Amino acid sequence: MRAYTPKDDVQKKPYYTDRYWVAPQVAKSDVSEDAVFAADLEAIKAKFDVLDAYIQVGQMVVVINAVDNFSVIEMMKNVLAYNQLSEMSAIDWLASEGKFEIFYQMLSMSKRKRVRIKCKIGEKESIQSVEKLFRSADWSEREMYDMFGVVVNNHPFMKRILMPDDWEGFPLRKTYPLQGDEFAQWYEVDKIFGKEAREIIGPENRDPARIDRYDTERFARLGHEVPHGTDISQGEPDTPLCYQENDGVFMIEKFDAEKSVVISDRHR
Amino acid sequence: MAQHQVNYLKDGGLPVALTTIDKVVNWGRSNSIWALTYGLACCGIEMMASGASRYDFDRFGTIFRASPRQAELMVVAGTLTKKHAEFIRRLYDQMTEPKWVISMGSCANTGGMFNTYATVQGVDRVIPVDLYLPGCAPRPETLQYAVLLLQQKIRKESASRAQKPKRLM
Repeated sequence: MRAYTPKDDVQKKPYYTDRYWVAPQVAKSDVSEDAVFAADLEAIKAKFDVLDAYIQVGQMVVVINAVDNFSVIEMMKNVLAYNQLSEMSAIDWLASEGKFEIFYQMLSMSKRKRVRIKCKIGEKESIQSVEKLFRSADWSEREMYDMFGVVVNNHPFMKRILMPDDWEGFPLRKTYPLQGDEFAQWYEVDKIFGKEAREIIGPENRDPARIDRYDTERFARLGHEVPHGTDISQGEPDTPLCYQENDGVFMIEKFDAEKSVVISDRHR
Repeated sequence: MAQHQVNYLKDGGLPVALTTIDKVVNWGRSNSIWALTYGLACCGIEMMASGASRYDFDRFGTIFRASPRQAELMVVAGTLTKKHAEFIRRLYDQMTEPKWVISMGSCANTGGMFNTYATVQGVDRVIPVDLYLPGCAPRPETLQYAVLLLQQKIRKESASRAQKPKRLM
């Protein structure tokens, strides 16, 4: 029998609840299903702590401790022949776990296999650079620092890569607003004119739908819509498209559309 | 009388034309607008097409220059990021007076679709703009029409308007 729920306040509740909706999960399977991955995992497990390991969409995912990241990837490169670091970055799980997840996507050309190494670090913690092993990690780690604020130790040039050097905040964190915080909204004004110019220039217009319906130019008719086919001239004479002032220009002959001849036969 | 010598009394009078200094100066300025190449994004492709042979900006006297010292028109063609804002201001300051700015395309006008933390919401927050050109991206004909409108504007204003401050926003 279905559990009783009070129905007297049913109108106050939203009509639709997603109580039957389940977030789709990518199926995980055991590492032992793939002989190559199983052998690799055994080699890693022999030296390092492996917190979790599974196969997802044909790729092995290995979760390790963050302190082991350099030595695990060194072993992956030199011993297990995963000779390419195709991608690395961080994922912001600060809201749910208080941690960043850092992943290294690796490819073995000889084995034709892909492995993802994952580890988690706290917000204030830092991670070891793998730039000595893979040059591709150079910009990836700088971008990780730029976008998430994950500090990487032993990186040769730990500097922001996309945002300006004097930028405050880390834009890809979930807590960062899409349209920027107060610093971002005044960045160019503060930098070029100084903070005292804020009042003169004013805040950014972040409303893309904002129409000034009393705009003197009226280049858009939004806000002044009329039915199709209505005469909108309001008694104003029609101004043809002109490329020159009416009284002409000094030493330049004015183009007269009425005197001009349109050549219909271009081969005449 | 030699054949090459002009008979002024016969051929339409003396070679004298009366006009004002403003008109002569503005005639020269409006017909030799040298523009700074400032393609920041996809609008820059349309700007390049305007300068190339099919649309042929040279016939209006508009020649793209690579140096702000030689340019008097800045066609801001594309998305201006916050990181780049200081450079556009520096290049604008390096241009010699008199100078004009055409804001080309939605991104330069208002930030366009990039309503994000990294995009300047309209170049008029940084440099004064003479002419806003709508479109995403405007076709080369539109940019040419904008330059012709700018020519009209130049011809209307006083030749010695360098000291007149421009309104920002």
